[in-house]
Amino acid sequence: MDIHEYQAKEILARFGVPVPRGGLAYSPEQAAYRSSEIGGDRWVVKAQIHSGGRGEVGGVKVCASDSEIRDFASTLFGRRLVTKQTDERGKLVGRVYVEQAADIDQEMYLGFVLDRTSERVMVVASAEGGMEIEELSESHPEAILRMTIDPAAGFIDYQARELAFGLGLDAGQVAEAVKIFKACYRAFRDYDATMVEINPLIVTGAGKLMALDAKMSFDNNALYRHQEISELRDMSQEDPIEAGAADRGLAYVSLSGNIGCMINGAGLAMATMDMIKLAGGEPANFLDIGGGASPDRVLTAFRTVLADPKVEAILVNIFAGINRCDWVAEGVVQAYGKLDIEIPVIVRLSGTNEAQGKKILAESNLPILTADTLAEAARIAVETMKGKAAA
Amino acid sequence: MAILINDNTKVLIQGISGRIGQFHAKDMIEYGTNVVGGVTPGKGGQTVLDRPVFNTMKGAVQETGANASIVFVPPPFAADAIMEAADAGIKFCTCVTDGIPAQDMMRVKRFMRRYRVEDKMILTGPNCAGTISPGYGMMGIMPPAIFAKGRVGVVGRSGTLGYEAASQMKARGIGVSTSVGIGGDPINGSSFRDILALFEADPDTDAVMMIGEIGGPQEAEAAAFIRDHMKKPVIAYVAGLSAPKGRQMGHAGAIISAFGETAQAKVDILAEAGVTVAPNPSAMGETVAMVLEKHSLAA
Repeated sequence: MDIHEYQAKEILARFGVPVPRGGLAYSPEQAAYRSSEIGGDRWVVKAQIHSGGRGEVGGVKVCASDSEIRDFASTLFGRRLVTKQTDERGKLVGRVYVEQAADIDQEMYLGFVLDRTSERVMVVASAEGGMEIEELSESHPEAILRMTIDPAAGFIDYQARELAFGLGLDAGQVAEAVKIFKACYRAFRDYDATMVEINPLIVTGAGKLMALDAKMSFDNNALYRHQEISELRDMSQEDPIEAGAADRGLAYVSLSGNIGCMINGAGLAMATMDMIKLAGGEPANFLDIGGGASPDRVLTAFRTVLADPKVEAILVNIFAGINRCDWVAEGVVQAYGKLDIEIPVIVRLSGTNEAQGKKILAESNLPILTADTLAEAARIAVETMKGKAAA
Repeated sequence: MAILINDNTKVLIQGISGRIGQFHAKDMIEYGTNVVGGVTPGKGGQTVLDRPVFNTMKGAVQETGANASIVFVPPPFAADAIMEAADAGIKFCTCVTDGIPAQDMMRVKRFMRRYRVEDKMILTGPNCAGTISPGYGMMGIMPPAIFAKGRVGVVGRSGTLGYEAASQMKARGIGVSTSVGIGGDPINGSSFRDILALFEADPDTDAVMMIGEIGGPQEAEAAAFIRDHMKKPVIAYVAGLSAPKGRQMGHAGAIISAFGETAQAKVDILAEAGVTVAPNPSAMGETVAMVLEKHSLAA
């Protein structure tokens, strides 16, 4: 789960990371008012969306007066920002953060992420911050400092010092940097984060360190033990079909094609999508119905797939282990009864209770196309589409 | 003798009193697996499916002589159950539970480093379908009928895609020595490489079918192992060739993502290491058959 910049800054500040003074606004008027609360004479107005790269697409501006803040904020609310880190639909701006502008002397990069190779939290840092950090990591990998943290020992002081000296900070700043690095790690560990990023971490004109931007993502599997994090969820930043499916135990990702997919297991789902592509078709979605799917969950899966108007055929591919083909078949039959299905449905059932499932489909007298293998199912789905295109 | 499960395997079911644990315990027993008992803290002294239930793993091992366990414990308590198994002297543990927090698994892996190599438990999963050695037993949730007994090892992340492979092989008369699910989570007990090493050393395995997917470094690591240390032929399929590039917030993930994480990169790395890669998921069975024939190996 992702959260907004202002929320990440609040969390990190609690752990001792210095951040600029700021306030959140839900309207242009509120944004303008925040500046008087914050004080100073220059403010940064930032669109709050679950994405980086906002500055490049006009989501961030330095303002010098109330009216400038109000004018800029009014261009942000209700707008969808499309950045390098979003899809082509972008993310809706519903909140704006206003903060005191900082006097920047140097911009650095600091990130904490789960590393699958070492199976530990990895710290990534660079003396050069900003948007080009990914390009830098490819062109000059040596410019990126990396170290892993032993979960038993934690982030040890010498490691944090090595990192601080490695970034070229002077002796006076190292103690402050060590405090910030360790605070980020504690926030990562205590809240089951999957990512903490400060980009940029700046040195101010007065030589102080400060987090100018912050991002945090959390492990969905651990949210049960962090209610205060669950409460930060902002549904407006999620795809409504995907979020609705996830809340009903379905893993759904919308894609650009027209063949709707309904499969059990992520690996088999990906393989089925590969097979559709090889047969000359395009999948409309990834959908994993999970294990032990009841007829009701299958019905919900149909609703989810049909919510996408691009879908012109549905391919159901089930290899049941803990699932039951008869339950899936019942779900398919129920879907015909309760939903308006006028597009071709291709069903392949294999595994647990396969014979019962096939019998239910056969006796339903519904226009369901059946297949015995994955290849056959993909071929029928694609041929159906081609037949439609020809007709 | 197959790997991980053989004639000497005595299985405990962690979470035997739960609905899911009981359901699968029944299937495992019906298949002929030597299930000697179960553990549910607080339910010691009861019986489930005529098997004794114990409060602790140490107590269960002491009474039954068990050397293997399967975990059906809910996600918040699963890491604890795995570490309890490791400390009770269990040699092979598979964890079916899906949804364990990543930091819990990090702690499990760190904890297991306290044991000497010869005392260390082999863990597969979490979030896997389990392991089956046809003819010996199964520890998992798979439909056993699709696995014929034979001499090809199977190892994969995805449960259902593994079923697809096994049934395609069975349709061609090719059997399995052992099929191992290593699970789909970012941090898992055993990697492809760990399981490939077991198959390479197993006299009852002639070839290995490896089923990978997009993401993570373990397929590339396996390719290096196959190139440098394996004599047995390996066949692979990698799912996700058509998967769109995932979008994530921030840069940190992109900076650390290693070379060889896309499906196509994995296919290329495996092919360079001498692995025969099935061109599509419907061709897993025929590709195994082709490789067996080329090496004059019986199905």
